[in-house]
Amino acid sequence: MRNKLTTIFLGLLLVSVPLFAHHGAAAYDTDKKTTMKVTVSEWFWANPHCFLKFDVKDDKGNVVHWALESSNPADMVNLGWSKETFKPGDQVTVTFMPVKNGNPVGRIQNVVLANGQTLSARVVF
Amino acid sequence: MLKLVLARTTAMVALLMFTPLVHAQTVSRQQAGAVENQKPAAAPRHDISGIWDPGNNGIQPLGPRAMPDDGKPEHQLPYTPLGLEALNTHKPSNGVRSVLPGETNDPVVYCDPQGIPREDLYELRTTQILQTPLNVIVLYEFGKIWRAVWTDGRDLPKDPEPRWFGYSVGKWEDDYTFVVQTSGMDERTWVDRAGRPHSAELRVEEKFHRVDHDTLELTVTIDDPKMYTKPWVALDKLHFKLQPPNFDVREMICSPTEFAEYNKIIGNPASGKGAQ
Repeated sequence: MRNKLTTIFLGLLLVSVPLFAHHGAAAYDTDKKTTMKVTVSEWFWANPHCFLKFDVKDDKGNVVHWALESSNPADMVNLGWSKETFKPGDQVTVTFMPVKNGNPVGRIQNVVLANGQTLSARVVF
Repeated sequence: MLKLVLARTTAMVALLMFTPLVHAQTVSRQQAGAVENQKPAAAPRHDISGIWDPGNNGIQPLGPRAMPDDGKPEHQLPYTPLGLEALNTHKPSNGVRSVLPGETNDPVVYCDPQGIPREDLYELRTTQILQTPLNVIVLYEFGKIWRAVWTDGRDLPKDPEPRWFGYSVGKWEDDYTFVVQTSGMDERTWVDRAGRPHSAELRVEEKFHRVDHDTLELTVTIDDPKMYTKPWVALDKLHFKLQPPNFDVREMICSPTEFAEYNKIIGNPASGKGAQ
């Protein structure tokens, strides 16, 4: 019974969440979700936002430096993230909203870690 | 019966506000003692002390919870012409009037103090309240700042030097309701995340109501005749849950160097101000 209630309430909470996090979505293509398998180069656990850095080779073989932000550490801890969530070299699958202007920047929606665990980056208000 | 359902619902929602969306282990939240079918103890008299957690309801990304700037007609504020003019000089980086991260002039983004009332109306997190014989001290997580509310019977100062957090006096309206009046707030602060303005004439009233042993409610009213034609309620009984006395409150500090790094890596590229 409690699990059913939990599902219903979680569902309600998800429906009532504003689309963008509290640091604004004006820069982001909020309809577009991109998923990439990447190798982490750095994970910054800091205010105002944490951010994940990785390099990706484009079609021409050039290295593109990507950076994806999440919310601040206080929010991320409540979602199960920590400053230990990533180490350089980790192979992860990240889903994000890219910025509208095409720069290699975005906002994380969720990540699947090397051990198969999925972490959501969406703060529930 | 309805009261019990409501209490259980509130407890469940409060519990779920601390639950991650996926089955990851939550490392930070320490739950207070109350479980859903245990009635909390009665409120102590003249006592709002404790470590109080509003969950995610205090984050308030679109502006104050009772009056967000979401474009809905019921959330349109009664601005004076001066108020509307001041509003339009504020460029927030969230909400319906949002600009790109690199274009905002939100002072808090640049690590200016939030001041009162914004400390209640944006990123309100775990809040500790201490009571001394002459004042009530409120300690806020965001910015790791504190303020004193004088209970020694003094009046608010006339024509004070402005302070970011103003000057506050408080008294007990009844055994369970502590009412705070604040004036003398620096005009540089915004009322909220959405960029609502205020003048030096702003008066803020906060009502802290101890509902029961484990629950505190905060109601905030904004009164600024220069900017608004009538007072408006920014927070309406925002609910706080009592935490255990050994709860470790996180730091949330705006660091200018961290902000500069963020702008370099994310903020400026996101705003088209040059790639990394």
